[in-house]
Parts: sequence; C-alpha cells; structure tokens
Amino acid sequence: MSLTHAPAVRARAVLPGFRLTLGTTVLYLSIIVLIPIIALVLTGAGIGPGRLWDIITAPRTLASLRITILAAALATVINAVYGLLMAWVLVRYRFPGRRLLDALMDIPFALPTAVAGLSLTALYSANGWFGALLEPLGLQVVYTLGGIVLAMTFTSIPFVVRAVQPVLEEFDPALEDAAASLGSRGFTTFRRVIFPAIMPAWLGGVTTSFARSLGEFGAVVFIAGNLPFRTEVASLLAYIRIEEYDYEGAAAIALVLMLLALALLFVSNLIQLRAARYGAVTA
Amino acid sequence: MKLGAIKAAVAALVLAASPAFAQDRLLNVSYDISRELFEALNPVFAEHWKAQSGRDVTIEQSHAGSSRQARSILEGLPADVVTFNQETDVNMLAKGGMVAENWREAFPNGASPWYSAPAFLVREGNPKNIQTWSDLAREDVQVVFPNPRTSGNGRYTYLAAYAFGLRENNGDQAAAQDFVRRIMGNVPVFDTGGRAATQTFVERGIADVLVTFEAETRQIAAQYADRGLVSITPPVSLFAAFPVAVVEENAEKNGTTELATEYLTWLYSPEAQRVVAEGGNRTANEEVTAEFADQFPPVELLNVDEVFGGWDKVESEHFASGGILDQVFVNQ
Repeated sequence: MSLTHAPAVRARAVLPGFRLTLGTTVLYLSIIVLIPIIALVLTGAGIGPGRLWDIITAPRTLASLRITILAAALATVINAVYGLLMAWVLVRYRFPGRRLLDALMDIPFALPTAVAGLSLTALYSANGWFGALLEPLGLQVVYTLGGIVLAMTFTSIPFVVRAVQPVLEEFDPALEDAAASLGSRGFTTFRRVIFPAIMPAWLGGVTTSFARSLGEFGAVVFIAGNLPFRTEVASLLAYIRIEEYDYEGAAAIALVLMLLALALLFVSNLIQLRAARYGAVTA
Repeated sequence: MKLGAIKAAVAALVLAASPAFAQDRLLNVSYDISRELFEALNPVFAEHWKAQSGRDVTIEQSHAGSSRQARSILEGLPADVVTFNQETDVNMLAKGGMVAENWREAFPNGASPWYSAPAFLVREGNPKNIQTWSDLAREDVQVVFPNPRTSGNGRYTYLAAYAFGLRENNGDQAAAQDFVRRIMGNVPVFDTGGRAATQTFVERGIADVLVTFEAETRQIAAQYADRGLVSITPPVSLFAAFPVAVVEENAEKNGTTELATEYLTWLYSPEAQRVVAEGGNRTANEEVTAEFADQFPPVELLNVDEVFGGWDKVESEHFASGGILDQVFVNQ
C-alpha cells in the first residue's frame, strides 16, 4: 500500500491536484470528443428507428458500405503484412537512412489526405508515372476499387508500424538465442517465439488501421471515381447527403461508420487487454 | 463543413481584430470557379469606391461549391454578400432569414448581373466531332463533369441535358430520362467540384469532352493554350443565372449594408460588365453585350422556369432523394 501510494504523492508535487487534472482532462475530452459523438448519436436517434433502417438499408447506402468495408479490409490486409515487415526492418537492422525512413513513416499522418489523394491520382492515372506502365498490362488503378484500396493503404499504414515497433524493440534477443539453442531456427523461431509476443500489438494496429480506412474521405474522393454503386464510399455518400441539406441521411450513414469504428476499437482494446493479462505466459 | 467552420473562425477573427475598418471590409462568398473573375473585378471596384467615398476598401473572397458556401453562412460564416451560381442556394439563405425573401427584385435582371450556359471543352481538333448534347450520349464518347450531387455546375449540366432531351423528344419525359441516363453512363469519374473535373479532363487526360460553364471552358482553353483545347458552345443550352444578394443579417451587424449594396449595384455598371465579359461571361448590360457580340456564338437558351416550372419544382422532382436524378444517375 505504501509502495503504491508513494508515486501519487510525488505526482501531486508536479501537477496540481488529482481532481483538478482529471476534471480538466475529462472536460476537455468531453468538448472535443464526447459531445460531438453524442450529438451524432442523438441526431441519429431523432430520425426514428424506422427511417434510420430505411436509410441504412437503401440499396445505394448498402452498396457504398460494401465498397467501403471491402476496400478497407483489403487495405488492412496489405498493411498487416507490410507494416509488420517495415517495423521489423526499422527495429532489427541498422542501415544508412534508417532514421529518415523512420521519419517518413509519419508522413501519412502529417500530410493532408487530399494532397495524398491528388498525388496518388496523378501518379497512377493513365498518363502518370506508374499508370503509364500499368496501362499496357490492362491494369487500371485510379477510378476503380484498386484506387480506393491504394488511398486507404497510404493513410493507414503508420498505425500498424507504430503499434508493432515499440514491442519489437523491447523484445529480448536472448529469447531468440534460447530458441536457437533448443534447435529452432529461421521461420520457426519467428512463428513460435517472436510473433506471439508482438501479435497483440500487431492485431491492435491492424484493427485501428481498419477503423481509420472506413472513414477515410480526403484521399479517397480524388482517386475513387465516385460512381454510385461502383466506386462511391460511405463517407462520400454522407457528404453528398449534407450537400443535399439532408442532415438525417448524413447522420444515419455517419452513425453506421462510427459504430463500425467503435466496434473495431473495442476489439482492438480487448486484444491488448488480453495481451497485458497473459503477456507473461506467451513471452 | 469543417472548411466552412475554419473559414468562419478566421473571418470572425479578422473582423473582430479590426473594428475600426469594419465598414471598409467586405466578405464576398462565392462559388468555386469565380475566383479569377472577382480577383479582376475587386481592384476596379476599390477604385470606384475610393472615388465615390474617399475611403479604401478590402474585399475578401471565399470560394467553394456554392451549396457548401450557403451552408457555411447558415452556420456562421459572416458573409456580407453572396455571388452564387444557383438560385437554390440563395433561397436556402432566404429560408434561414439571412437574405430578404424578395432578393430577386433587389437588383436588375432577377438579381443576376451576368449569366452563362453549360458548354463543352474538347481536345485539339475535336477528333470526335462533338457539337451538341446528343453527341454526349454516343457510345464512343466519354464525358466528364462534376457530380450533380455535390456541385451546382454538375446540376446545371444535368438540367441542360435533360431540357435538351425533352425538346428533342417533344416533351416525352421517359425519353428525356433515357437520354440523360445514357450521358451519365458515359461519365468515367464524378469529381466533387468543377475545378477537380477540370483537373481530371486536362491533367489526367480522361474523356473526350468536359462540360462546364461557357466562361470556364474559355478560361481553361486560354490557360492551357499549348494543349489546343477547343471551347464549343452547343446551339441549345440552359440559361445559368449568377444570382447575387446582400446577406442582410450579417451586413447590418458588420455595418456594411451600404457598401454591400453599392458593390452589387456596381457589378451592373458598364465598367464591371466589361471585366465580366472579358472573363467569358454573357452580360446583363446590353451596351456591353453588343460590344462583345462577336465573341459569343449565338445560342438558344432554355429557361429553368419554362422547362421545369421553377427551381422549387426542380428541387422536389429532380434533386430530392429518390427523385429523377437518382433514377437516371444511380439506376444505370
């Protein structure tokens, strides 16, 4: 008891009282995050369940949700693989330009997504650098599902990398040596020793990446083509409803996206919680 | 919406920080593609105002899709005047009590100092020989214009095609819808605004023809002179008004009512109308229209009121969710 109490006393000396700090933080969080979300839910609730159901199950809404979820899932699979590889390379090897590569990883967070969308469209369109090479092969990226996946991949890759990196850094190489001394090598060591240790963080990053992709707008609208039923994502449809002064329709679609993201974040937290509880056993 | 809020905050800060100059500062909230036009007009007006009142004036410009702009104003963007490309969006402000109900009578020509019409921009030499709306429905033609759902420009294109379809088919609604559906089916990408559609057509090299306002087709052709783009005004198109209005509630608050009214009145002066005509727009002033007559090919302009029975009817029949636009746009 006295052990756990000691840091609390020291903390009081640095920042003003616990109540004030907590109070300020909660107020801040409420204004920035909680109240907007409640407002969204209330607007959604104000529509009435029947109308809400009609909006959500309208063929166009369903099509846009299907496209969004499919593209986000594909982008997430790509990021799950390459994000893990990237983190591995950044942590395990020392090479010239590593710091630069590490810093580059944050660009998708820092860059306005619309700029990302424009750049990707310019590169992959039929007269762009990459597009010109792909076109003879009959591959069209922009204005197709592929373009949406590309944009989502770009904006959400840091989530996986940044989730795995710290865990990988803390991983004790001695465990690998131990595995080697017991006759395990190569991929088996990775599969049975390293991966279980980083898996919770990796899965957490993957689900956040998925959640982020679901709501991506700026990067996607430039590269998607925005054709109803084919390349129209849910966030664009919500935007279109607002342009029509149809706040109800927009709120209903936004509500679905938010619930999906919340569910994913819940899963992500659950995974990390389990990892914290059983972490010692797997490592 | 986010952008509107930011703009509102910035504009509010600017206004709050300089109360002494509030009377000589005007915020003109306009549509996406009028940026260059007002950049040309505003310095001329500043001279006019200086000569008339002896005071300097700063006119701030805000440009984006006009529906989004109207929404921003309803949400607090302190616009003194609006210069839009759609009556519907001014009507939204009137419904919100920001603009007088009878705003159309406040200035000549239904409060529209200039007008234009949807026209075509084609590639060098017009290889697909595109001359009129029916060419856009051909199977070998690809068309680019912004999403009618997010752009006033796109809505005008849709209405112009529809009006043409009605006329060609002696008022047969089903045939007109089928005609518009074929054109919509030829669109490979729907950008959210006029400028993005221009990018798609010019920079990405997508499609055979871009549909946008006549004034814009000329500006793009001039801007990309090395590409040899050709502006084509179809023989029949739709009258596109550019309605202006004083945002009375804000102007009173900002003490700019007099300045705002003078600014909009001045837009009708021969001096301003010449700038407008040089920008490729058709002008309300007959004298100036005559001066520039050889620059504007003759065009028969159909009218929304006559063809569709007014904007309110257009809204409820065509643009409401599940309306005719959705039927031809979505159920292709």
